[in-house]
Amino acid sequence: MSGSTALPQNGSAALPLRITPALFLSGRRARKVVERNILVYRRGWVFFVSGFFEPFFYLLSIGVGLNKLVGHLPLGGHTVAYTAYVAPGLLASSAMNGAVFDSTFNIFFKLRIAKTYDAMLSTPLAPTDIALGELAWALMRGSIYSAAFLGAMAGFGYVLTPWAILCFPAAVLTTFAFAGVGMAATSYMRSWQDFDKVSLAIIPLFLFSATFYPLSVYPAWLQVVVRCTPLYQGVAMIRGLDAGLFSWSILGHAVYLGIMGVVGLGVTARRLATLLLP
Amino acid sequence: MPGSEELSRVTSTLRDGEPMVSAHGLVKRFGDFVAVDDIDFEIARGESYGLLGPNGAGKTSTMRMIACMSPVSEGTLRVLGMDPATDGARIRSRIGHVPQEDTLDLELTVLDNLMIYGRYFDLPRRVIRQRAEALLEFSQLADRAHDKVEPLSGGMKRRLTIARALVSEPELLILDEPTTGLDPQARHLLWDRLYRLKLQGVTLVITTHYMDEAEQLCDRLAVMDRGKVAAEDSPAALIARYSTREVVELRFSPTENEAMAAKLDGLVGRLEILPDRLLLYTDDGDGTLAEVHSLGCHPDSSLVRRSTLEDVFLRLTGRSLVE
Amino acid sequence: MTVPAATRAPVPDPGPQRTRRRMATPPWARALGYWLYQYKRTWRGSITTSFLYPVLYLSAIGVGLGSLVNHHAHTVDGVKYIDFLAPGLMAATAMQIGGNEAMYPVMGAIKWMRTYFAMLATPLGVVDVLIGHLAWIALRLTAVSAIYLAIMALFGTVHSPFALLAIPAGVLTGMAFAAPIAAFAATQMNDAGFSALYRFGLIPLFLFSGTFFPVTQLAGWLQIVAEATPLYHGVALCRALTLGHLDAGPDVAHGTYLVALTVLGFALARRSFRRRLVT
Repeated sequence: MSGSTALPQNGSAALPLRITPALFLSGRRARKVVERNILVYRRGWVFFVSGFFEPFFYLLSIGVGLNKLVGHLPLGGHTVAYTAYVAPGLLASSAMNGAVFDSTFNIFFKLRIAKTYDAMLSTPLAPTDIALGELAWALMRGSIYSAAFLGAMAGFGYVLTPWAILCFPAAVLTTFAFAGVGMAATSYMRSWQDFDKVSLAIIPLFLFSATFYPLSVYPAWLQVVVRCTPLYQGVAMIRGLDAGLFSWSILGHAVYLGIMGVVGLGVTARRLATLLLP
Repeated sequence: MPGSEELSRVTSTLRDGEPMVSAHGLVKRFGDFVAVDDIDFEIARGESYGLLGPNGAGKTSTMRMIACMSPVSEGTLRVLGMDPATDGARIRSRIGHVPQEDTLDLELTVLDNLMIYGRYFDLPRRVIRQRAEALLEFSQLADRAHDKVEPLSGGMKRRLTIARALVSEPELLILDEPTTGLDPQARHLLWDRLYRLKLQGVTLVITTHYMDEAEQLCDRLAVMDRGKVAAEDSPAALIARYSTREVVELRFSPTENEAMAAKLDGLVGRLEILPDRLLLYTDDGDGTLAEVHSLGCHPDSSLVRRSTLEDVFLRLTGRSLVE
Repeated sequence: MTVPAATRAPVPDPGPQRTRRRMATPPWARALGYWLYQYKRTWRGSITTSFLYPVLYLSAIGVGLGSLVNHHAHTVDGVKYIDFLAPGLMAATAMQIGGNEAMYPVMGAIKWMRTYFAMLATPLGVVDVLIGHLAWIALRLTAVSAIYLAIMALFGTVHSPFALLAIPAGVLTGMAFAAPIAAFAATQMNDAGFSALYRFGLIPLFLFSGTFFPVTQLAGWLQIVAEATPLYHGVALCRALTLGHLDAGPDVAHGTYLVALTVLGFALARRSFRRRLVT
């Protein structure tokens, strides 16, 4: 355990201090973690490529199906077709789903089953490197999928203004937030059964975060609840940017997601240290 | 149903003096690959029979055919007087199988693994519970009965697999490498348990690539290599037939092996050159070692020991048992 | 070997239970027993989600999105959107459960946990192992469909006493996926094929087989493709039963299609299980 043996003596109190600067400093070693993932993933490229089809199917289904049933919806003083209304919501939720999948399922497997991290920590890599590396990996994959989704949106003509290009960084930020928290949650999971709880958290977010229709459909109290939930931040931010509706609230959503990701990352690095270097 | 047969019917399939297992011209092919190549053997009731050989010798394929889990490609095989091709389920209801890789349900408890396995034999729950209690005691797992299997040690899992195979009170127990991967203490504990079963009259068929295991457990052994039986007899008889009483092991620096072997040529009837040592087969080890020294050879270390099955295997196949 | 018969038994205590005759449990039911044992561990979470997900989906899509549909298109195929949607979701859920239970658990029982091999070392045969597993999936589907129907009733979307038959219809829909997918799973060396099956099979079916909107909205040829899929027939059957809009000809055709697919899937699964498990 060379290189990382210093950690336990430092104790958990010293860890947060290491993490913040580490965000910028340990990138080179974290890259090794990414390299390993790419190596493993090269064999699964069919799986990777097939992931592009899912948003395409969703957009197509809503375009030919629900669009006709729902009609137009109000957005920022205009009315827009249902497809244009719902597409940013789907982009945000696909960013969430992808991030959660990468950061829970995959990481649980490596942490508990394949013991990949135990092997990594017997090299100069430290827990922070692993956390950063996995997060970078989730961001890379999430970015590619988000870009493809945005491309499909534009292709179908569901994009509202040229500002929609800003939806890309917004989707990546959404990925960051959920990947960070997802990894932190994974470090507390004990068995595959715990993944039922992940679905239990994700499905209500997916269904109720103003993804499919405006908040005004809900009673007032539910609107307040939804406004506090994480996916709503991503949905509202991406939908606002797509329509070119700039306001301070967009900055608010961004800060919410940024804090969520950083806290998740910090907790993850600390948890990995206690789990793997007891 | 086979699992609920009466005892009287259980013994009726085997005529007096008929072996528990008999194989004649037995062949197992996987596509073009011949895993078991025309072998013959018979195993008597109450006997403990071993298949000794390195990985890939065809031991597991043979065992899976006896366990009626793998169809015979050619030749005849009879287990408990029945044909596995037509009476597989009836045979399996009376044998216990310990596969090479454990097939335990890791997420169920120790006790539930025994319960569900007993149910496959259609034993009443009450009966399984009684037997499970005794078996957990027997396999020293009583205090872990309600723990999940996953965190158990390798030795504990192996003992549980054996206990599970015994829940149907089989007449024939088939064990495929029962102690591979276990530490010495766990192995000795398992050997002790298997010996007790043998004393109770259970017929054992064991594969192993450990010569000490084979010597300890088996009344009779078939030495297997590349799908064939190279020799078959009791461990002592095999050693007497294929080796000398004692062996002198000489270690020189690796580069000197060939030169020293040339120098010692003619000293003993048989001399083997291994990568790390020379083996001199002789009936008087100390005498031979004295002669080695008098010839001016001074090994870095030397050892006089009794012949083992390892020497038999080397003689029969020209290769070491454990690579 | 001339030992007297009485001492031949390995453990010389046959016990009274061995001589008493009792009805034998069929071998496939013993294999089913394994899955019931397994379920002891997970039933709480499983039952909770079986109740919760219908409630979430029906309130978010049925009530929430439904309010927009009612406002704009008023009705779908002549009924309120939630009445249209609920039986579709019930069938789609059955598809998902049937498919899921036939993917990872089958692979796990072959590769990871090797449960099937443990069973095959006992008097159980390959067909017993297969029927036992499929019977377990059918039981799961029965519970899930019954719960779904109960939730639908709470949302006021059950309009006919025939709706009770939607439970077997849901089971049949699930089995029409489970049997062929089990056949497929037994041929797979790793789980990569399952993702492909999800992405190019189950998800497109979920989106285009009449669950969320009538297939008549699809372009001509796409409509024909959608109507050829098993989920379409499951959705149509469940919908006819819960709405009480029965029409003997098409409904019998839907049922026959699903039964035929289940039987075909079983035959294929028997073959692929034999190939994989008996070597």
